[in-house]
Amino acid sequence: MISLTWQWLTDPATWTGPGGILAQSVTHLRISVIALALAALVAVPVGLFIGHTGRGRWLAINVAGAFRAIPSLGVLFVATLILLPRLSGDLAFELPVILVLVLLAVPPVLSGTYAGVEAVDPAARDAARGVGMTESQILWQVEVPAALPLVLSGLRSAMLQIIATATIAAIVGIGGLGRYLIDGQASRQYEVMAGGAIVVAALALLVDLVMAGIQRVVVSRGLVEARAG
Amino acid sequence: MIRFEGVTKRYADGVTAVDDLSLEVPQGGITVFVGPSGCGKTTSLRMINRMVEPTEGRILINDQDVAARKPAQLRRSIGYVIQHAGLFPHRTVLKNVMTVPRLIGWDQARARSAAMEAIEKVGLTADQAERYPAQLSGGQQQRVGVARALASDPEVVLMDEPFSAVDPLVRMDLQAEVRRLQRELGITVVLVTHDIDEAIGLGDHVAVLRQGGRLAQLATPGELLREPADDFVASFVGKDRGYRKLGFTGADLDPAPEQTVRLGEDVPTGRGWVLAVGEGGEPLGWVDRHTSGGPVGEDELHRMGSLAEVGDSARVFLDAALSAPSRRGVVVQDGRVIGTVSAQQVVDSLERT
Amino acid sequence: MIGGVAWSTVGELVLRHLYLAGLPLLLGLLISLPLGWLATRYRWLAPPMIAGTGLLYTIPSLALFILLPLLLGTRVLDDANVLVAMTLYTIALLTRTVADGLGSVPGATRQAATAMGYGELRRTLVVDLPLAVPVITAGLRVAAVSNVSIVSVAALIGVSQLGQLFTEGFNRNDMGPILVGIGACVALALVLDAGIAALSRVLTPWLRAGAAR
Repeated sequence: MISLTWQWLTDPATWTGPGGILAQSVTHLRISVIALALAALVAVPVGLFIGHTGRGRWLAINVAGAFRAIPSLGVLFVATLILLPRLSGDLAFELPVILVLVLLAVPPVLSGTYAGVEAVDPAARDAARGVGMTESQILWQVEVPAALPLVLSGLRSAMLQIIATATIAAIVGIGGLGRYLIDGQASRQYEVMAGGAIVVAALALLVDLVMAGIQRVVVSRGLVEARAG
Repeated sequence: MIRFEGVTKRYADGVTAVDDLSLEVPQGGITVFVGPSGCGKTTSLRMINRMVEPTEGRILINDQDVAARKPAQLRRSIGYVIQHAGLFPHRTVLKNVMTVPRLIGWDQARARSAAMEAIEKVGLTADQAERYPAQLSGGQQQRVGVARALASDPEVVLMDEPFSAVDPLVRMDLQAEVRRLQRELGITVVLVTHDIDEAIGLGDHVAVLRQGGRLAQLATPGELLREPADDFVASFVGKDRGYRKLGFTGADLDPAPEQTVRLGEDVPTGRGWVLAVGEGGEPLGWVDRHTSGGPVGEDELHRMGSLAEVGDSARVFLDAALSAPSRRGVVVQDGRVIGTVSAQQVVDSLERT
Repeated sequence: MIGGVAWSTVGELVLRHLYLAGLPLLLGLLISLPLGWLATRYRWLAPPMIAGTGLLYTIPSLALFILLPLLLGTRVLDDANVLVAMTLYTIALLTRTVADGLGSVPGATRQAATAMGYGELRRTLVVDLPLAVPVITAGLRVAAVSNVSIVSVAALIGVSQLGQLFTEGFNRNDMGPILVGIGACVALALVLDAGIAALSRVLTPWLRAGAAR
């Protein structure tokens, strides 16, 4: 089977064309990025608020915990049953998937954000207030830059989960790398499934690597030193 | 001048941190708030720049009520130094020190040159200005904290336990540095500490607070040691109050002439110790006539005790005498030996005063 | 009946789900403990080990469920496939947590224990491990909740548990069973979560002693 998988993966026909790996990867990535962006849009501001004010922490922990407990497959089916008759075109299929992925991504982004802000040295926060920064200056000039490593690692782990889970989108009939898993199972072509799984894992790693690179660029070297020291 | 008028801070849980505090912090000089934990010294300090709001009473800086100013504006005009420095870890030393100049709207170039000036003032190098806080030692970080407080030339600087987290040797350096900066810049420093030695050594004025946030005594260190207002102050000031008092007592002494010898010269005949001096008359060490003869070599020098400078306190003179192997304390003026004093002489002079 | 599903069916599926999600949790913990210990004991092992186990998490669960029979030689509907897959995911999450937990033990405590004559293994078991409990149980809670969610995907390959309600409902275009399944999944996850939190409290009485003062 390993050799069959290798054959499939090295066949140029597998990669190109409308149903090829490249095209499916683009779809997969597009859905994943949209989901991550939407999750960040919700979770980062809420996380900043909780971290800065210390209010609502208990609520956030529990909401995040409950979100983690929601089974993605179930939500996907419910959302599809509700939305499919009411929407048309690609959106009818994609929206449920994106919704599921957003739910999945909110907990890690939220907890990364508020943990990052909370972890800012209390002395630095006190000093910021003491030298006359306003609350929003404290947030944007001190807390956010100092929290950035944890915020980004929250985004990274959310993205890993999104990319792996986006494969179940294929069940409700849309594109992405999940097609190889679902179609491979249906046609009992296990080498296609195995190859598909490898491509998903590789894509996840690649994206993580890119995000790690971004993290290196945007995080202050002073914080890297502080961790090493 | 900073004036507390009947200032009280009561928290929601009923704890009174500061109780009807009225005092004046004189313009210029270092005023120290000292007391045991729970005496409200930090709360009092933090009410000056409105990090804490008083429940009752008011605080005036140069006759202006601080409550009349916006907290952020007020704080930008007052230097602020805290225990663990509280540097921003993601900013270089330079950017940290530029914080307040930038907040008050100075342009990049002006903020930068003010910050560099402050960094040099506290004894850091231009090279260190480009580093991140994590790359500095604790003592250096605290220097950056002081530089950050000074960068916009504030008249008043608040310091909350600024030296508590550094080791004793570094602490002494930093204390000397703050003393020097205060004299040089003529600023008013209000400093909080729990360490009575630091208070007495550093303060021009010392406010002793007692538990429950009440002022026990505000006086100069010398007065505090000579005339503690009550038993609390006396016990807080400590058991060796009499000895410490020497630090604030002048010594009216005539140093006795001392026989000296230069390196390479023959040891003069006689008994006991001879003081070796260098070309300019500066003291080098003591030579024991029991063990040496002939020309004095460097390896024959015994370590010197501490030196007393003309005009020093009785404590310094006594220490010079007690720490010298000859039991004669070396007195110098402009670096040159002018004679020695014995412990007996110092004690006699104290008897007379 | 609830949502068109018999209560007894729900009960059976919950038990199946608990078994498929819970047993791997225990197995994964047992395997992660020595792995995490190795990562703290031999510093150079930590990055490859944590990256390596983390890699497991990027493999889509559906693929793992289907491909494991080919690798293990088991039958397609064998529970073993799901159990092994879930154990792998648990290891992926817990190895790092165990390493973090053991690494969080204060150096002074560790040195004091060594100075009093504890051997390496004994010190790990009676000093380091108890002190690492809060960190490890925090990871265990995340793993438990995430296991419950992932197991439901196994319905796509026909292994029965609560996820079966999802596929049945979806195929019949009936929301009822799906909602019952989601509700039961969330409830099961929260019960497991609360159970582990309670266990953690029982195992670390010294933390409450500090908080009470």
